[in-house]
Amino acid sequence: MLAHSLFFYVFSFIAIFSAIMVTASKNTVHSVFFLILDFISISCLFIMIGAEFLGMIMLIVYVGAVAVLFLFVVMMLNVAQQKKQWFSSFGSSKHIPLGVLISVIIFFELIIVIGGWKYKPEVVSSITKSQNTLESNTHSIGNVLYTDYIHLFQLSGMILLVAMIGAIVLTFRKRAGLKRQSYFSQISRERSDSVYLADVPNKKGVDIDG
Amino acid sequence: MVEYFNIIFLETYKILFLLVPVLTAVAMIVWLDRRVWAFVQKRRGPNVVGPFGLFQSLADALKYLFKEIIIPASSNKIIFILAPVVTMTLALIAWAVIPFNENFVIADINVGILYIFAVSSLGVYGIIMGGWASNSKYPFLGAIRSAAQMVSYEVSIGVIIINVLLCVGSLNLTDIVLAQENLWFVIPLFPMFVIFFISALAETNRPPFDLPEAEAELVAGYQTEYSGMMYAMFWLGEYANILLMCALGSILFLGGWLPPIDAFPFNFIPDSLWLIFKMLFLFILFALVKAIVPRYRYDQLMKLGWKIFLPLSLIWVVITASYLFYFDLLPGNKL
Repeated sequence: MLAHSLFFYVFSFIAIFSAIMVTASKNTVHSVFFLILDFISISCLFIMIGAEFLGMIMLIVYVGAVAVLFLFVVMMLNVAQQKKQWFSSFGSSKHIPLGVLISVIIFFELIIVIGGWKYKPEVVSSITKSQNTLESNTHSIGNVLYTDYIHLFQLSGMILLVAMIGAIVLTFRKRAGLKRQSYFSQISRERSDSVYLADVPNKKGVDIDG
Repeated sequence: MVEYFNIIFLETYKILFLLVPVLTAVAMIVWLDRRVWAFVQKRRGPNVVGPFGLFQSLADALKYLFKEIIIPASSNKIIFILAPVVTMTLALIAWAVIPFNENFVIADINVGILYIFAVSSLGVYGIIMGGWASNSKYPFLGAIRSAAQMVSYEVSIGVIIINVLLCVGSLNLTDIVLAQENLWFVIPLFPMFVIFFISALAETNRPPFDLPEAEAELVAGYQTEYSGMMYAMFWLGEYANILLMCALGSILFLGGWLPPIDAFPFNFIPDSLWLIFKMLFLFILFALVKAIVPRYRYDQLMKLGWKIFLPLSLIWVVITASYLFYFDLLPGNKL
């Protein structure tokens, strides 16, 4: 049990430290790397409480895909300059009230959730299904997700699909005069389409455009 | 307290017993890669150091060790140094869940296949970090290319893994191998095996998909600014990843450590040797592809990943699921 709690404190310390560093570090790319570290230590915490499926999915989805795209955007756009201005310029104080408001809301939400857990344990047990300890938690998640919550599951899938289509529609534009490769037209090209035998009159040449 | 030390000692012993052969195998496999490449082109390849040139990689490693490590003045030093370390570490930690036979596996975890998938999806960070921290044009271009490439091909690898999991009903790698006792998955899922092989080429940045380090356009891609041992670490990590993909391919489709027929001359050979044979077979295929296929253009690569492989493997998931459901072959609630 000693090693268990030791690892818990190590991972949670790293998680909190890197979460602070995400906002505190000057370099935006470093912020993203700290965010990745945060994700990794959170997934370690998930694994420690026995939710290995959630931990791995967290790694695959957030670290393997989402954070890569974050990093992509941060490296391409020169956000570092903007961030420096944001913090050091005169106008920075006008963002403070908004930030404080959001933090207060999140703080109260956390209090409500944790308070409910602490003082009304029957609320938690009434809305959650007790896990069958004989099966692995991948099986338990699958059993609940595809039976009791199938409509919610499909609804969330639809929301993601709509968001994806929206993003594609917003960024897709057909530019004129762009040469595209079409395998079909390349393969289906016949000899007669491109080659013909011409009788070239002497000292007159042949009109190649015609 | 003594108990803890015992456990730690035992685990360290097991890990060393796995990692030393893996690293040796990586050195040998680099030699094999160059030899196969040379034989296809009617050259001899490295044949000077040791018998058949077997110690060429050792000589190379010594050379890299004694070379000076140059850190560019304008680079981001911490991340620059961290990048090869990340690549190497991620390439090695994934071996923890690979079962060499029914009993020899360091961590026999429930979600083994997800663990490998997660670690291989983290592999892109070594490349991005190296490319960005070098603070130079070519490495950065290489890093961005590889980020897009690896994220795209991971999607199709994930869907292919779902195909296999539908037939097995467990995420544990040992269970996946044991489920193939009667029939290797390469037979019913042959198209998926082909797509897996090609995606693995793209995932490990092997030719014909080696765009992150396309030497004709980007010098050496993300490795351009690296020298000495740091370069060698990228290189080792890359080959360890290739070997890992070969191991994964043989576990998912070629029946892992199982012999082809469970009869005398075949089951006389030890189990782990069978896995090594299968990995070697896949690796020689990797090397042959490198020698005979020209490099893809970047847009062709993306088209292949998103417009051909992803729909194909998704359709195959539907086919597999419907087949298993219709004939009532879906694996039950195994632990």
